[in-house]
Amino acid sequence: MIKVEGLTKRYARTVAVDNISFEVEKGQIVGFLGPNGAGKTTTMRVLTCFLPPTSGSANVAGFDVLENPMEVKKRIGYLPETPPVYPEMEVDEYLNFVGRLKGIPSSEIHRRVDDVTGRCAIGDVRKKLIGKLSKGYRQRVGLAQAIIHNPDVLILDEPTSGLDPKQIIEIRELLKSLAGDHTIILSTHILSEVEHSCERVIIISQGKLVAIDSVDNLTNRLRGSEAVAVEVEPIDGHPTTAEVQQRLEQVSGVSRVLMKDPRAGRLNFEVESLQGRTIRADLARSVVQSGWNLSELRAVGLSLEDIFLQLTAAEKKDEAGAEKEKEKVEEGVKQ
Amino acid sequence: MKNVLLICRKELNSYFASPIAYLLMAFFALIFGFGFYTATRDMVKFAFQAQMMGQAQPQNVNDAIIRPLLGFASTVALFLIPMITMRTFAEEKRTGTIELLMTSPTRDIEIILGKWLGAMLLYLCVLAMSMINIALLFAWGKPDLKPVLVAYLGLILQGGCLLAIGVFISTTTRNQIVAGGVTFFVCLLLWLLSWFTAFDSTVTAQVVNYLSIVTHFENFSKGVLDSKDAVFYLSMIFFCLFITSRAMESLRWRS
Repeated sequence: MIKVEGLTKRYARTVAVDNISFEVEKGQIVGFLGPNGAGKTTTMRVLTCFLPPTSGSANVAGFDVLENPMEVKKRIGYLPETPPVYPEMEVDEYLNFVGRLKGIPSSEIHRRVDDVTGRCAIGDVRKKLIGKLSKGYRQRVGLAQAIIHNPDVLILDEPTSGLDPKQIIEIRELLKSLAGDHTIILSTHILSEVEHSCERVIIISQGKLVAIDSVDNLTNRLRGSEAVAVEVEPIDGHPTTAEVQQRLEQVSGVSRVLMKDPRAGRLNFEVESLQGRTIRADLARSVVQSGWNLSELRAVGLSLEDIFLQLTAAEKKDEAGAEKEKEKVEEGVKQ
Repeated sequence: MKNVLLICRKELNSYFASPIAYLLMAFFALIFGFGFYTATRDMVKFAFQAQMMGQAQPQNVNDAIIRPLLGFASTVALFLIPMITMRTFAEEKRTGTIELLMTSPTRDIEIILGKWLGAMLLYLCVLAMSMINIALLFAWGKPDLKPVLVAYLGLILQGGCLLAIGVFISTTTRNQIVAGGVTFFVCLLLWLLSWFTAFDSTVTAQVVNYLSIVTHFENFSKGVLDSKDAVFYLSMIFFCLFITSRAMESLRWRS
């Protein structure tokens, strides 16, 4: 549905997006992840034909953004970072205007407006001026605007920014209900957002593509070893921390045992396994066989947060390494 | 074409949703009314004086009132036009709604034409205020209709031209005040240039005089419909809207 090849966007002095390639299939929800200023918005603006690429190509629903912008625009719903609303218009009036602008025939427009106001839960503010609405409502009006013409592709730039937790959950549900018929790209710098609503993640940093994979694969790929949290409840000061630690270290496949702060009198440990070993069953058995109360045992998966830091840090390390190499070479030349 | 009308209607709605449209109309009605009062009073006074001295001459309402009055209106319009055009693009750029327009299946030129047409219609509403006074003249006197119509046509063409310049300037900034200020400065400059170059016969002065939009209104105000002036205005409108579309294009490449 979306195909980006070697996309580069250069502003006067800075390179905002540097040679990015990816593909998104029909009906997928893809998260576009990166720190602020990574080039997320720029990439989206290229896909929506707002900005032309400096080099490379972007293809939406089979149409190139440079050669056939009109066809691309017809098939795209776009919610920019700040919802593009006119404060002096009423919600209904605004959706009517946008609907007509997107080419919905006037016979259908009322039905479409009814439909999207229902879907985005803005039915109770339809006669209000947009300028008088709260940020959350404005955001939802912006979303309604993006889906009014039932586009094949939805591009949402930070759709949940400025919403309260309840609204965030509502928007997530809405996005999930839209997936399938629609291909959705959403950008965010909040990682849990991606974990919750996306099937695939595209991570970019400083304009470069860092990783592209499904959320599960990405966590697995980076989680070479397993981390397990173990909680033991002592009775009458027995066993002691040292005893438990010693015991856990003896379990085969354990690489190290970290002591955590005790919580409500219970002893907490984080146990890491050697590469490719599963240790949960053995850990449980050893604790129980020692006659201790095992009150909790759970796998601690790496969060996207960790993955993200690892990936971007790895990149930085590479860069630092490359620079050192370069210095060496330069020194060699001097000598 | 459908999109042009759609955007034009949206523009008009937003003019009339804010006080700006009413303010401009009230302001213009007040100033024009004052000019009308002065011109009519003077004409009546001269007529009485002439009669008392026994040299009564037929007075021409067209020459004595309408012509100077509509000339005055064209000057007042110079000051109102920046206020009409300053928000057209600057506001959309500031609030980000320009992204909505530019990512919708419309062509840039449709957006520009829609906005220009919206500004034009508001300008016509403002001009319509002056018709109240002119209608009084027709009710109580017998002015010639044709020169009045030609003068109005001139006002509309000159306004269209300045509005197109204003719309262009509005695309170059995201700050309304800057857009308004620069447009005002350009209008003022055109007006001053027409004064400076009027009695100068050097080639430069003549060229500047020709290009200064205000001078082309003179023939219209006399009731003379000269194709030279009409063509000048129309091509100027075309040119300004064209460079506006180029400016929007460059907006995409630079931003």
